[in-house]
Amino acid sequence: MTNVAGEMREAVVEVRGLSTRFGDHVVHDGLDLDVYRGEVLGVVGGSGTGKSVLLREIAGLMRPSAGTIRVFGTDVLDAPQEARRAVEQRWGVMFQDGALFSSLDVQQNVEAPMREQLPELARATREALARLKVVMVGLPENACEKFPSELSGGMRKRAGLARALALDPEIVFLDEPTAGLDPIGAAAFDTLIRKLTDALGLTVFLVTHDLDSLHAICDRIAVLAEKRVLVTGTMTDMLKVDHPWVREYFHGPRARAALAGG
Amino acid sequence: MNGQAFADGFPTLEVDLGVRPALLRLGGVLRIRHLPELETLGRGAAAQIAAGKPAEGIVLDMSQIHGLDTAGAWFVLSLARRLEAEGGAVRFAGLSAQWQGLLDTVEASLPGAPPQPGRPGFICWLEHIGEATSGAWRTCVEMSNLLGEIIVRCVGLVFNPLRLRWTALVHHMQAVGFDAVPIVSLMAFLIGVVLAFQGAVQLRQFGAEIFVVDLIAISILRELGILLTAIIVAGRSASAFTAAIGSMKMREEIDAMRTLGLDPVSVLIVPRVLALVIMLPILGFIADLAGLIGGALMSWITLGVSPEMFVARLWDDTDVWQFVIGMVKAPFFALTIALVGCYEGLKVEGNAESLGARTSRSVVEAIFLVIVLDAVFSIFFALVGK
Repeated sequence: MTNVAGEMREAVVEVRGLSTRFGDHVVHDGLDLDVYRGEVLGVVGGSGTGKSVLLREIAGLMRPSAGTIRVFGTDVLDAPQEARRAVEQRWGVMFQDGALFSSLDVQQNVEAPMREQLPELARATREALARLKVVMVGLPENACEKFPSELSGGMRKRAGLARALALDPEIVFLDEPTAGLDPIGAAAFDTLIRKLTDALGLTVFLVTHDLDSLHAICDRIAVLAEKRVLVTGTMTDMLKVDHPWVREYFHGPRARAALAGG
Repeated sequence: MNGQAFADGFPTLEVDLGVRPALLRLGGVLRIRHLPELETLGRGAAAQIAAGKPAEGIVLDMSQIHGLDTAGAWFVLSLARRLEAEGGAVRFAGLSAQWQGLLDTVEASLPGAPPQPGRPGFICWLEHIGEATSGAWRTCVEMSNLLGEIIVRCVGLVFNPLRLRWTALVHHMQAVGFDAVPIVSLMAFLIGVVLAFQGAVQLRQFGAEIFVVDLIAISILRELGILLTAIIVAGRSASAFTAAIGSMKMREEIDAMRTLGLDPVSVLIVPRVLALVIMLPILGFIADLAGLIGGALMSWITLGVSPEMFVARLWDDTDVWQFVIGMVKAPFFALTIALVGCYEGLKVEGNAESLGARTSRSVVEAIFLVIVLDAVFSIFFALVGK
């Protein structure tokens, strides 16, 4: 693995020797990856290279076939229930289409994690915090009373982000946050993520296909290919990598346009 | 700021009214987890400030805090607002640059006052009733429209039968009719058994056991055979129609058909309606037979009415009109069930919840309308004297 990041930093997520198999189909084979505190890490790779699977494994939604995953120093695969729950409260996950609870309105969606994890919180406080989060992700205040089915795709993603941020997590997992948005909406979402990351000191694990996102908000990029993390580094590092897929991805016409635009 | 993420350090809040301006010293970790304690501290401090009435404003010293998140920032800002209401201007001191940034971000997003609760309950209730009434009326109108369209297409088919989707028709006939034969006949058989058994217990008291044949024949042939078949088919097929058409509507397949010049009513609805109109009488007939067999069997077991006697009694005493009246209702029930199922399917919107809601609505509406229609038929036949 070509690790170009120089300085020593605290790794909040450490993945070591991760293997994932679905029957005979090997998705990951000996995958290593670190996510450092305070960075925005973009994970890219062709279709079927297991980007979303990796995210789901770190977030505890799937179990890998082999390997260890440490989040905040806790081995999340083998930790006792208590320790796992403590770690889970320190991360937030935003799914591709927001994955909002369809029977709750936006405000109740954002309140749901607080209601579940912090029952001692006063109702008025919880409501005020939920409204704060909704406004913070750039939704109008009257969106609070709307149900997910009444929102556009971009608004649903924002509401999903607000829910992921409800408990002020330290690390946020975003699964293709700009997929399906128009270029203006995608750019606005990129700006929002960058702004929130800087203001809240978040660590972001971002699975994406969007070259503009990579260029605009990612501090570091990890390329998944050949069943492992092929290379990590900044956008500039990526342009120097000599691997057919990486070269095609970062030197293709769309990549050039993204670079020129940025 | 996350350096000491979960480092312990309960929040503290000291009030010093002895100096000018008054000093509030916040310390510890100001995170969402500590918010309940923080709020208690905040209320205490606000009360002290209100009692002390500091003359030259208040300074919020935040140099001792070593952890702040948006919830903490929200608390600090709302505390400052409350103090300003009690004791004059509030100034922040000792904030690091990063936390200042967080505070600014949160302040920029602070929502206004929470929304006022809506109108009083009674008016909401009236509004709800009004909406439901106009919705029910609209449903009636739209369903009549759809019925009209179906009839127009069917009349067109009389002149040009090749335009009918024969494959679809046969497929639906199998799905709604043939596949329902086991459940329908089992149900009718059991109903016959139950009727015979209950009837026997009552009739034996009068020594009138033989009338159990009339009881079974009339109730099965005239009412129960076709009504219960229609209810089962409403549960099976109205929901299936709604789910199938609704999921096509959800995935914009219906819109795609329209753009390709295919008429959704001819392609999707007419074959379903025709299939049900053809198959429900047949299912009803099978149910009649199964019900009579069940009744005859039970009469034989409990009352000793032999099958030969049962059949003879059936021929002699039961008017063929009982059977005809039952059968006449079948196509109308079928049309109602298919119409409701297809209509609700077309009303599905772009999300999965509406598909589920419409499917359950279609079953309830179809069963309800079938029973209403049955009552209407009863009145009609009573009036014409049959």
